[in-house]
Amino acid sequence: MRRRGYWLYLAPSLLLFLGVIVVPFLMNLGVSFTRWSGVGTPRWVGLDNYARLLEDERFWLSFQNNVALIVAMAIVPTVIGLVLAAALFDYVGKRFGTRTAAALRAMYYLPQVLPVAVAGVVWGWMLHPSYGAVNRAFGLELDWLGDPDLALATVMAVMVWFQLGYPVVIFMAGLQRVDPAYYEAAELDGASWWRRVWHITVPQIRPEIFVVLLTCTIAALKVFGPIFVLTRGGPGNATMVPSYFSYLNFFQKSNVGYGSAIATVLALIIVVVTFLFLRVQERER
Amino acid sequence: MRGPGRWAVLAALVVLAVVMVFPFLVVALNAVKSREEYSSEGPLSLPGGLYLQGVVDFWERVDFGEKLVNSLLISGSVAVLAVVLSVLNAYALGIGRVRGRLSILVLFLVANTLPQEALAYPLYYLAKELGLYDTRLSMIIIFTVIQAAFGTYLLSAVLGQFPKEILEAAEIDGAGRFRALTRIVVPISRPTLSVLMIFFFIWTWNEFFLPLIFLISNDNQTVPVALGVLQGERYMDATMSSASALLGIVPAVAFFLIFQRTLTRGITVGAVK
Repeated sequence: MRRRGYWLYLAPSLLLFLGVIVVPFLMNLGVSFTRWSGVGTPRWVGLDNYARLLEDERFWLSFQNNVALIVAMAIVPTVIGLVLAAALFDYVGKRFGTRTAAALRAMYYLPQVLPVAVAGVVWGWMLHPSYGAVNRAFGLELDWLGDPDLALATVMAVMVWFQLGYPVVIFMAGLQRVDPAYYEAAELDGASWWRRVWHITVPQIRPEIFVVLLTCTIAALKVFGPIFVLTRGGPGNATMVPSYFSYLNFFQKSNVGYGSAIATVLALIIVVVTFLFLRVQERER
Repeated sequence: MRGPGRWAVLAALVVLAVVMVFPFLVVALNAVKSREEYSSEGPLSLPGGLYLQGVVDFWERVDFGEKLVNSLLISGSVAVLAVVLSVLNAYALGIGRVRGRLSILVLFLVANTLPQEALAYPLYYLAKELGLYDTRLSMIIIFTVIQAAFGTYLLSAVLGQFPKEILEAAEIDGAGRFRALTRIVVPISRPTLSVLMIFFFIWTWNEFFLPLIFLISNDNQTVPVALGVLQGERYMDATMSSASALLGIVPAVAFFLIFQRTLTRGITVGAVK
C-alpha cells in the first residue's frame, strides 16, 4: 500500500499538540531559569531557583509527604488489594458463589467512581471538627485535618479508602487468566492459603501488579485535588505536596519562576519513575 | 476451612465492604435531614422523613444546574473530539505506519505522564493572551489534546492489528483513504472507540487542577470545582455539607451505573493509563 498522504491525518493533532503541550512545557522550563512575577519581563537568574529549592525546607518536606502518599496510594492498596482479590476470587467466589464476590468487589470499588475532589468534599464534612459525622458518631473531639500531628495520617487514610478498589478490580481481572489446576495441585500438596497467594497468585499477575504500582505511584506524585479540598497543605506544612507547593507559588505568591522550577523537578521525577518501572518490567519478561 | 472459620473470612470481608460504603450512606442519610434533626439525633439515625430543603437550598445557592451543564458540555465535547483526533492519529500511525511513528508514539506517551503542573502556568498565560482564559472552550481544547495523547497511544496498538486484507480489498474497489477510514476502520473498531469515549468523558468530568485555575467565574465552573472550592466555607453547616457531597456523588455513581457494562469490559484499557 502507498504510505504517503497519511501525514495529513496526523497534522491537526501535531499542531494542537505543539500548542498545548510542547510549547507550554518548554516555556515552563525557560521560566524556571528566571525570576518572574507573571507580569513584566522575566529576569534571567540561571540556576538560582534550583539552588534555592535544594535549601528550601518546605520543598523537601513536600517530597517527604509525597513519599507518605505513595505508601498510602500505591503500596498499601496494592498489598491489601492483592489479599482481597485473592480472597474474593479463590475463596468467596468458590464457596459463596461468584455473585457474592462480585457484590463485594463492587462495594470496594465504589469510592473509585468519584472525582477525587468530590471524595475530598465527602471526607471534609465527615471529618469536620465540630459538626462532622465521625466525631459525632463516635463521641470524639479530634481535629482530624487541623491537628499537625494527625493531618497527614488522616489524608493517608482517606487516600487508601479512595484507591483500594482499583487494584482489587484489576487483580481480579488478571486472576481470570490463572489456570485453576495450579491451585488444585498446591491444595493437594497441603500448601496454606497464604503460601498459595504468595507462590501462585503473585507471580501469575505480576504484570497487573506492575501496572497498578506504576499508575498509583504517578497519581500519588501528582496528587492535588484532595490536598486542596481537605487541608490546603496545612496545618503549617504538615500535608504540603509538590503539586500544591507549585500552585501556591504560581497563583498566590507570584513566584512564577520558582513555581516552574518545582513543576519541572516534579515532571522529571515522574518521567524517571516511569522509565525505571518500564525497565524493570522489561527485564522481568 | 469449614464451620465457623469459613464464615469468619466472609464476615471480615463484609465488614470491610461496609466501611468502604459507610461514607456514602452517611452522606445520603444526612443530606435529607433538617438542621434540627441533625443536631438532636446525630449522623447515624435514620431520617424521620425526606427533608429535601437542604439539597434544594444548596442547589440554588451554587446554581448547581449550571455547573452540571458546564461539566456535561466540557466532558461531552472532549470525549467526542478526543476520539476523533485519536482515530485520525492512530490511522496514520497504526495503519499508515508513517515514518518516525515510534518516536511520535513515545512523544504522546511522555505527554500523557507529564504532570499538568509543568504546563499550567504557560497555558494560563497563553490563554489570557488569546482571550480564552475563563472560558469553557479553553478547557475543551486542552483536555481534548491531553486525552487524545493517551487515546492515540492505545488505539495505534489496536489498529496495528487491523486485518490488512480488508483495506487492500477496499483499495482495489476504488475506495479512497478517507472512505476506508470512515466506512471500514471506524465501524469495525466501534467497541474500542466507545470504551475510549466513555473513559475520556469520565476522566474529564473528574479533572480538578486545570479547571480550578482556568474557570474562575462561577458561571463557568464544573461540578468538582464548584464543590471543591466551597468545601469548608463558613456558612456550610452539617446538612448543607452533606447535600453538597451528595450532589457530587450522584452524577458520578449515575455514570458508573449507566456505563458499567462497557466499563467492566474496558477496565483493563484504563489500567494502561
